[in-house]
Amino acid sequence: MKKKEIHSPDQLVSFYQEMLTYRRFEERVNLAYTQQKFSGFCHLHIGQEAVCVGVQAALQPDDYVIAGYRSHTLAIAKGIPAREVFAELFGKVTGCSRGKGGSMHMFSKQHRFLGGHGIVGGQAPLAVGVGFAIQYRAEKNIIVCYLGDAAMNQGQVFEAMNMAATWKLPVLFLIENNRYGMGTDIRRTTSVDRLSKRALAFDMAHSEVDGMNVLTLHTHVRDIVADMRKNPAPYLLEVMTYRYRGHSVSDPGAYRTKEEVQDFQKKDPILQLASVLREKKLAGDKELTEWDEIIKAEVKEAERFADESPAPELAELWQHVLVES
Amino acid sequence: MALLTFREALGQAMDEEMARDPNVFLMGEEVAQYDGAYKVSKGLLQKYGPKRVIDSPISEGGFAGLGIGAAMVGLRPIIEMMTWNFGIQGLDQIINHAAKMHYMSGGQFTVPIVFRGPNGAAHMLGAQHSQNLDPILTHIPGLKVISVATPADGKGLLKAAIRDPNPVIFLESEMMYGMKGEVPDDADFILPIGVGERKRTGHNVTIISWGKILHKAMEACAVLAKEGIEVDLIDPRTLVPLDEALIFESVRKTHRVVIVEENWPFSSVGSHISDRIQSECFDDLDAPVARVSQEPVPVPYAEHLEERALPSVERMVEAVKRVCYRAV
Repeated sequence: MKKKEIHSPDQLVSFYQEMLTYRRFEERVNLAYTQQKFSGFCHLHIGQEAVCVGVQAALQPDDYVIAGYRSHTLAIAKGIPAREVFAELFGKVTGCSRGKGGSMHMFSKQHRFLGGHGIVGGQAPLAVGVGFAIQYRAEKNIIVCYLGDAAMNQGQVFEAMNMAATWKLPVLFLIENNRYGMGTDIRRTTSVDRLSKRALAFDMAHSEVDGMNVLTLHTHVRDIVADMRKNPAPYLLEVMTYRYRGHSVSDPGAYRTKEEVQDFQKKDPILQLASVLREKKLAGDKELTEWDEIIKAEVKEAERFADESPAPELAELWQHVLVES
Repeated sequence: MALLTFREALGQAMDEEMARDPNVFLMGEEVAQYDGAYKVSKGLLQKYGPKRVIDSPISEGGFAGLGIGAAMVGLRPIIEMMTWNFGIQGLDQIINHAAKMHYMSGGQFTVPIVFRGPNGAAHMLGAQHSQNLDPILTHIPGLKVISVATPADGKGLLKAAIRDPNPVIFLESEMMYGMKGEVPDDADFILPIGVGERKRTGHNVTIISWGKILHKAMEACAVLAKEGIEVDLIDPRTLVPLDEALIFESVRKTHRVVIVEENWPFSSVGSHISDRIQSECFDDLDAPVARVSQEPVPVPYAEHLEERALPSVERMVEAVKRVCYRAV
């Protein structure tokens, strides 16, 4: 009997195009940074595109997402238009945080994207608060709390996981394990060989998944989320991924070998899915090239929007410190 | 009016606001089954159940953040810190998240939350349980900070804090929980945040003081009155936003000011108020602004040392006489 196809052709194409969009987006962002169009810290997601694509496809639009500082593409995946993310990077008033957040602080109340946060692990208690509110109001949603591998050594993350587990709150703690906390190999600072094992301390369900294969990742997360909706409880998922670029755009990455980076690039999520598309005759060179051209043009257009948008008025400086009643 | 203790007044404020708004909940260490470490939340678990009155683990950073996250999506948490000394563990969440969320998100998210608990030295609790966080908390843009001294002010301003759309820090004191005072019964008794009160009227000198130490300042006023010095005693009640108009009005009347605070002197709330007075009332002053603060040492345990570390009635009287150019 033929194995049932989990992903429809449309879904495969869409996953591919989304991942490529995030790759091209971050490349364009990197270029704009090197052209000194904007400044500050800028953390790229290149290499990790499968994660948010697979996760987002497993969520409902009204589920919540909260993240750390590497979150341009997570914000777009949650529904924030790419041009508003680009405009935010340029500090423009059309940015998703009116130019007052920046690279690390993308927000959208409408899309239930609760930030972009710059204090490592600080978003974990916030996520538990959202989980608490979901339970308080007897809603069916979940919140995904993206964390980097190094955030797993923050005390507040332990506090957050303990509360989530004790009160059975629907929080999916999702570690994007790209192996490095800035320039420090996570193995040099962590007592466990697998970060997901930390869940054992809280009697919390947990697993690991390949973050370079969007299809594996998607089906895995989809099953977890389905179960969380039926039986609300937190979950710790360790996604094994890799960033090709430095910690931030100014980091040359001298702490790791070229070979290591190349090894992961061989497992590139976009290339892997391209092979699937070719095998299934859903796309060939012609289509892949065409899509790439379209996506590049879209990203360029997002940048043009950011370029041409106005900066916030000076009056914005004093606005939003407190809610004006 | 009813004669209530400070703890009863605060409990009543929470009770009334929980009855009024189902989104209000209380979380903290020992707030539920134990009825509160200082019994402020007495009876609330019984009345509202474990869904809305929740005993937290001893994880101040964790449950401060939980409150902030819940507030971002529409709940109205009251987070009790058993003492603000433990609240220091939660300062990362308060400073890095609560205070900045509205601003960083370009006005999209609001954090309607109250962090409340006792602040400052009590009696012989040692250095780690005797700190006053006014200066740290008032320093951070994006927070409102309230420090009250009477049961009525406690009730009226705590209710206002719970209804406020911003993160509000509400500072209490272990030593005040048993103090009694007349408190209005009206379930809609609310005091506006940012409005101070003249606790005593006089024309010779202004004392500005707030929180628990205000009670010692009142004693000093009584001592001074016997010597013919009438003090205009101003209680800002809210430190952020500060009722500068009331302060300046008093200074322009008396021309002499003593600020009495239970803060360490360096970069304190008193130093800020002093700066505002010299900037705005320079020509009205007949003497330099004087301050009576805590000694800049960790608060010691031994009773006589602790007493000397904190502002005393004697030192307040002395400072007032100095600005009045009277012999001390």
